[in-house]
Amino acid sequence: MSERKAVGVETIGMTMRFGGFTALDAVSVKVPAGSFHALLGENGAGKSTLVKCMMGFYHPTSGDMLVDGREVKIASPKDASALGLGMVYQHFTLVPSLTGAENLVISREKVPGIIDWRKERGDLGVFMERMPFKLPLDVKVAELAAGEKQKLEIIKQLYLGRSFLVLDEPTSVLTPGEAQEVLGLVRDMTKAGDLTVLMISHKFHEVTAFADDVSVLRKGKLTGTGRVADLDHKAMAAMMIGDQPIAALDSRAAPKPDAEIVLKVKSLKAPDRTGLKSIRIEDLGVRSGEIVGIAGISGNGQKEFLEVLAGQRPRDAGEVLVRGSAYAATRAEARALHVRLIPEEPLKNACAPKMTVAENISFRTFDIDGNGRPISWISAGAIRAFSARLVEQFKVKTASLSSPIASLSGGNVQRAVLARELTGEVDLLIVSNPCFGLDFSAVAEIRARIMKARNAGAAVLLMSEDLDELLELSDRIFVMSDGALVYETPIAQASVQTIGEHMAGHH
Amino acid sequence: MDATEIGLWGVPLAILGGAIRVSTPFIFVSLGEAITERSGRINLGLEGTLVFGAMTAYGVAVMTNSPWLGLLAAALAGLCFGLFHGWICKFRGVNDIAIGIALMLFGSGLAFFFGKPFIKPKAPNLPAISFGGWSDIPQVQAALDVNVLFLIGAVLSVILWWAFRNTRAGLIVRVVGDSSDAARAMGLNPDTVRLLATGVGGALAGIGGAYLSLYYPGSWTERISSGQGLMAVALVIFARWNPLGCFAAALLFGGAGALGPALQSVGVTQGYYLFYAAPYILTLIIMIATSSPTRSLAGAPGELSITK
Repeated sequence: MSERKAVGVETIGMTMRFGGFTALDAVSVKVPAGSFHALLGENGAGKSTLVKCMMGFYHPTSGDMLVDGREVKIASPKDASALGLGMVYQHFTLVPSLTGAENLVISREKVPGIIDWRKERGDLGVFMERMPFKLPLDVKVAELAAGEKQKLEIIKQLYLGRSFLVLDEPTSVLTPGEAQEVLGLVRDMTKAGDLTVLMISHKFHEVTAFADDVSVLRKGKLTGTGRVADLDHKAMAAMMIGDQPIAALDSRAAPKPDAEIVLKVKSLKAPDRTGLKSIRIEDLGVRSGEIVGIAGISGNGQKEFLEVLAGQRPRDAGEVLVRGSAYAATRAEARALHVRLIPEEPLKNACAPKMTVAENISFRTFDIDGNGRPISWISAGAIRAFSARLVEQFKVKTASLSSPIASLSGGNVQRAVLARELTGEVDLLIVSNPCFGLDFSAVAEIRARIMKARNAGAAVLLMSEDLDELLELSDRIFVMSDGALVYETPIAQASVQTIGEHMAGHH
Repeated sequence: MDATEIGLWGVPLAILGGAIRVSTPFIFVSLGEAITERSGRINLGLEGTLVFGAMTAYGVAVMTNSPWLGLLAAALAGLCFGLFHGWICKFRGVNDIAIGIALMLFGSGLAFFFGKPFIKPKAPNLPAISFGGWSDIPQVQAALDVNVLFLIGAVLSVILWWAFRNTRAGLIVRVVGDSSDAARAMGLNPDTVRLLATGVGGALAGIGGAYLSLYYPGSWTERISSGQGLMAVALVIFARWNPLGCFAAALLFGGAGALGPALQSVGVTQGYYLFYAAPYILTLIIMIATSSPTRSLAGAPGELSITK
């Protein structure tokens, strides 16, 4: 491997049209060699389209690319890698069942027919000594923590001799501590002139802490660019979202410490997805009028816990009580005890994607009349009237009530599910990652709805991988690590540092 | 066979001999299926390939008087079946399991159609190597008459086990089987890799078929396979996609298959038919014991349609 040297990259008037839709409109971004450049923007603002054009996945409709000041044609990802451009994806591209060393070697351009592992290990050892990250390479990737995987992705790019890296939301799966470490190390490499980085992000604090320059996209247009040092969060937010109104969070009604405990979980034990480990919830109580947040890195049992509460996963032992009566998540119990559920990825987990918006919105109520008695004839008219009212009330944007719900955007699917789950009496609301992948205004609105439900007296259990969201909404925060609740803190004393350490299992 | 001389010792001895004899087609079919499944695709059609391979091998051996040419022809026929499966499955919306079932019926039907003239004539058999010369007991000698294909299969399973870790081709098959996205990001075409893996799997299944008609039972009949190709697919799952595991599991199944004849040979006259069902019952028991409603299979290739 030759000596690495950072390259500078520049796009000039990059435009990408998909049919009549302009995803990217004459975007010019300059990333000088050895700099750390942030690319900000909401979902659908064109960030991915821009980098995919740069990496040769898309062929831009018009526009040019310069690498180190020379015009280049990039027709395929292969051309990009030949020029030393590489990308670290948001979703891991490592092969889980292969070890780190196997992943590195097989991703190389030229792999010998028979791999001499002794020689390869030696070479890798020499290579790793020059790397800022220390990693076990003989462990299957599936067994690495998310932070280690992310480091391995970056190392892979460096191993392949790339000197310009696009990082696509690199910290979305990391704990705050891991994020600091990974970005810090990457930043040191840019400072040393070994690497140029273009980081896609929507976290302002990361941009401020690590990037030199920032470019902001909105609806496919470049709306601002500049030195990070000259911009504050407000200025960046204004470039990012323009002047759309943002729903304000209700002020938090004072919590009542003696309010009724609505959800009680006692010595719960259930197998996790692999069946090799189990999740154990010793004691968890959620009172009426409070939001209890559960933090944790994905894969530490939150999903299984939610599935147990939702009745999708059998439990080995323990009790789930709602208002003192045993709760097994049958439809009748959920109805009688006013339990509502908003799982993550609602289109997949809470909707029948090909059924209409109206039908999806009436899943809870289509078979009962106004007084809660079962009916024997289902009235299409009543379903339409009911859902028309909710669509109006929750501002669900849909072409019509009879469109399949899968045709809605992510934010509108979530609004429709919220409409269904938050209508009527709600005593217990169980929510998981409600804002994942949604844009700014939808996020603000959905958080406001959850806060409103809390203030109206619902007990809310909120599981989220987004620590900022938990800090904003919760009254108490638990940390889930390795299948158990390992830490509890009231919001007033919560510190990101301590929560992060517990998430990483360092206690 | 006079079993009374060595009494009940005949049973384990017959099981051992039977295990070696019966397991050989299992070894080839399951190794082939292991390659295919490691690349992320299931080929249930191997049952049909096995039967067609048996017919082809027998037919060619009868016509050329060379069992080795028969074996080669069976491998080529299997390769064609595998490539056909792999080619169809690359199209969008095609289900590999459904195509596999179709090819299973197609392969058997085609074999019956072309195989009619070969039911009568006698083909030369594949050679065996005798490891029983040290003993005077005929049963021991019989049990240790080991067919060359069994030895090749044993060596092949070790080679495959090694190759999955130490060769470019092996790693590429594992990459494609575990993550299509990662494979594409590396510039590999998953369809091509799977096409080749299915082709090789088919060729091995064809060899398994040649063993059936050219060594044991050693003649071509329409009921020659009786579902061994399907059992071999189950066996791959039981072996957790590990070639060495496939070899061990094939021996276990072979031993179970030899239980009925072994009991019969020592003079058990009643109920031994029940023991002919042993491999099938073993399949059921293993599938029940190794699966669970709440947990996914450890070691399963991530792209396999049944584990997704």
